[in-house]
Amino acid sequence: MNIVVCVKQIPDPETPASQFAVDEAAKRVIPAQGIAPVVNPYDPQATEAALRLKDAAGEGKITVISLGEDSARDAIKHALAMGADEGVLLSDPDFENIDNFQTAVALSRAIEKIGDVDLVLMGRASADWDMGVAPLGVAEQLEIPCVTIAKSMELDGDTLTVERVLDDGFQTVEVDLPAVVSISNEFGEPRYPQLRQIMLAAKKTVQVWSADDLELEDDEAGEDNRWLELEALYIPQVESNVEIIEGDSPEEQARNLALKLREAKLI
Amino acid sequence: MPGTLIIAEAADGAVAPHSFELLAAGRALADQGGGAVSALVAGDESLAQSLFEHGADAVYLAPAGSLDPGYAETGAGAALAACEAADANVVLMGQTSVGRDLGPLMAFKLNTAVAMECVGLTIDGGRLRATRSCYGGNANAEVTWRGDVQIATLKPKAWDALAPDAGRSGAVTAIDATGEQRVRVVSTEAAEATGIRLEDADVVVSGGRGLGDPSAFGMMEDLAGLLGGATGASRAACDLGWYPPSQQVGLTGKTVTPNLYIAVAISGASQHMAGMSGSKNIVAVNRDPDCNMVQVSRFAVVEDYKKVVPALIDAIKALD
Repeated sequence: MNIVVCVKQIPDPETPASQFAVDEAAKRVIPAQGIAPVVNPYDPQATEAALRLKDAAGEGKITVISLGEDSARDAIKHALAMGADEGVLLSDPDFENIDNFQTAVALSRAIEKIGDVDLVLMGRASADWDMGVAPLGVAEQLEIPCVTIAKSMELDGDTLTVERVLDDGFQTVEVDLPAVVSISNEFGEPRYPQLRQIMLAAKKTVQVWSADDLELEDDEAGEDNRWLELEALYIPQVESNVEIIEGDSPEEQARNLALKLREAKLI
Repeated sequence: MPGTLIIAEAADGAVAPHSFELLAAGRALADQGGGAVSALVAGDESLAQSLFEHGADAVYLAPAGSLDPGYAETGAGAALAACEAADANVVLMGQTSVGRDLGPLMAFKLNTAVAMECVGLTIDGGRLRATRSCYGGNANAEVTWRGDVQIATLKPKAWDALAPDAGRSGAVTAIDATGEQRVRVVSTEAAEATGIRLEDADVVVSGGRGLGDPSAFGMMEDLAGLLGGATGASRAACDLGWYPPSQQVGLTGKTVTPNLYIAVAISGASQHMAGMSGSKNIVAVNRDPDCNMVQVSRFAVVEDYKKVVPALIDAIKALD
């Protein structure tokens, strides 16, 4: 069984808001000083899902793909250290600042280039743009079905049974492979890479493919060919209306807060 | 002249309230020159009247069940047919279990893009411009579309539904087209309602890494219990093993929108804000007056929580 896991390196969502900055002219986030980018928090769960299927089947190959700058290697290495087998970095100046439609096209070409892929797994969304569009886009490009926001999966022959999370409940669906599945945080804790695996991962190969390697047309990649144009990016001015509760002692502050809450009919 | 198509959802024989918000957004675009507002809904013709009353000019009826969660492939066929029939160049749907799948699917089938979870829409030079939140609420992005059809999902409660006007009416047209459904739905079940679910609680009291001590969650539970609410935690606190991951509020945890959210020793990183910024009233207890959580709060106490929270519990008890 051939499984592809797509992962992404993003600015740390634990970055304090006070250190979050935007270059409004370039319409880009300015990396916070001293805070390294991290693997998108949903992605280790996608890798975990792949590893559980491989463990259950007793065979299979897991290839990790990431589209991004050179720092995306860290996201690939993390998945390799968890137990994935091979890595592919999609790297090209024409991949900078592309939209999720273009990303889905590039990922799907890479998946086709890998060939004979049974299952594509991704996190339910990336925590930077928070769209959750890429899994459906990759599936559409590959003309295969997509199941989103999975909390558990079981494979029986070529049929995958997926339990997925809905706004107000759960749903069980079946799909025949090949398919794309996006994995939610409800899937459970991803395994933590052990030292030995981290050392083994350092020896695993990471291929680098460019837009040309993926045989992308000139108008498919490149920031100028976005389908969703980014017109502006800015930090919203949150008008702070906070009322600081005063008092001569913590006890008095607490009493005044209780009174305010009662007055506002909140308790 | 091209117009707007909204994808309405229905359950138990009634149109979902969020769909009326979509109609309000569509009418606001019409006021800016966005053209007529059509609605697609799956089910019985009796659903049409409430859509007209809330702002639809025309209603398209798809087969019952074709826009249910899990049926995006079926629904995309109906939505594409309705889009063409209505001559729509703007398609709006909810950021719901349905819209999350249907929006991207339609966009890729129409060779256009989709903007997810939008909070603002304007018509500018005959084209749609949408505002959406990103980076866990730290930034806003404004986007436009290159393709002809502009698809957006709208964040629930970002628009107010219009008051129903019983005098409004229009034409109802059946849509027979559906897409090929490759994903087979086996069963759908509602979430079990035992105890107070974090997501349903009217009051949530959450603690973060700033508590400095896992035993302090006992204090959070006491306060939550007193207020009939649930207890949550930030990811940082859960990662330290201080509180169960099932109670994590944030990007990779639960999303809550209680009437009252009390954040104790939580600074307000985007990871956490993504899960609770929809709360109606936020109270912060934090020693840092400049931290994000204090800034977004309605009320804040700038003091050591160890002194404030026990006193608050006593003060609330003394109110009764």
